[in-house]
Amino acid sequence: MADWLKRISGQTGSADEAKERLKLVLIHDRTDINPETMDELKDDLLKTISQHIAIEPEMVKITMLHEGREQRLVADIPLKHYDRRKIG
Amino acid sequence: MTAKIITVTSGKGGVGKTTATANLAVALAQMGQRVVCLDADIGLRNLDVVMGLENRIVYDLVDVIEGRCRLKQAMIRDKRFDDLHLIPAAQTRDKNAISPSDMLKLGEELRDEADWVIIDSPAGIERGFRNAIAPADEIIVITNPDVSAVRDADRIIGLIEAEQKEPAMLVINRLNPEMVQRGDMLDAEDVLELLAIKLIGIVPEDENVIVSTNVGKPVALDEKSRAGQAFRNIARRLMGDEVPLLNLDFKEDFLHKLSRVFK
Repeated sequence: MADWLKRISGQTGSADEAKERLKLVLIHDRTDINPETMDELKDDLLKTISQHIAIEPEMVKITMLHEGREQRLVADIPLKHYDRRKIG
Repeated sequence: MTAKIITVTSGKGGVGKTTATANLAVALAQMGQRVVCLDADIGLRNLDVVMGLENRIVYDLVDVIEGRCRLKQAMIRDKRFDDLHLIPAAQTRDKNAISPSDMLKLGEELRDEADWVIIDSPAGIERGFRNAIAPADEIIVITNPDVSAVRDADRIIGLIEAEQKEPAMLVINRLNPEMVQRGDMLDAEDVLELLAIKLIGIVPEDENVIVSTNVGKPVALDEKSRAGQAFRNIARRLMGDEVPLLNLDFKEDFLHKLSRVFK
């Protein structure tokens, strides 16, 4: 429905918000991982990986995905880009 | 003949476990099945009043388990169907009066007495819930399309998985099609996507449920009620029939028509 019509008919569309909030809550309920633990996990991961290869720490993305009833931890870790000409 | 044991549970209280148990039992009995329903909500007995059998209680679940009566003595015959029986919960005891292994043993005894045993679970995730699911072959998780009921249903589904039971089947109860259409209630599709288990029925919100509970006559006996129809459909699906979901679309209001014109 058009936004202006939603407004005059008093629609709030609160169901969308309910669904989004539930998605996040269920991820935490199912895995027992809170945002704090996620941050710690991220720091530890970065530390370990950095010992072996150079990465871009600011661009690392670690997210919890769920497909059906399965949880998946997905890490996107870009490696440091070297300018080959400078290295020679 | 050996009965199939089904437990109806939800996590959250007040979403319709007892109503669903009574209605599935009645609907199966209507199809000529032999049914025993068992109220496992010890201390908060309610299945008896919903079924209109509260005046016939002599013995209860705890009496059977503690050996004060024989199983058959605690099975109250329904007023309407000769092959429908209720084993009521004890009202003056609590959930710790029995254990999951007591329930397993009772479940095995009941298998010879019926085609279906339907167990009404208490709310919560503790002892009472574990008692109720212990003997179950299949578990029905019932929820409402709201954030707290869905969240609790997800918890329960996780616990059922951890018990290595068959995956639970979902009933979405009290769906209000008008609110869904307005975008103010989670749709069945949203709930299914979040919980990711098999759907076995959607029951629309229906005032007849309250009316039928007032008089102790489950709504599945009301031919005209939408909720009654939905419960009868779930019973048929349990029997293995393929029954399409009810069409819950309500008449589009003027603004919706208008909005389509202006899209």
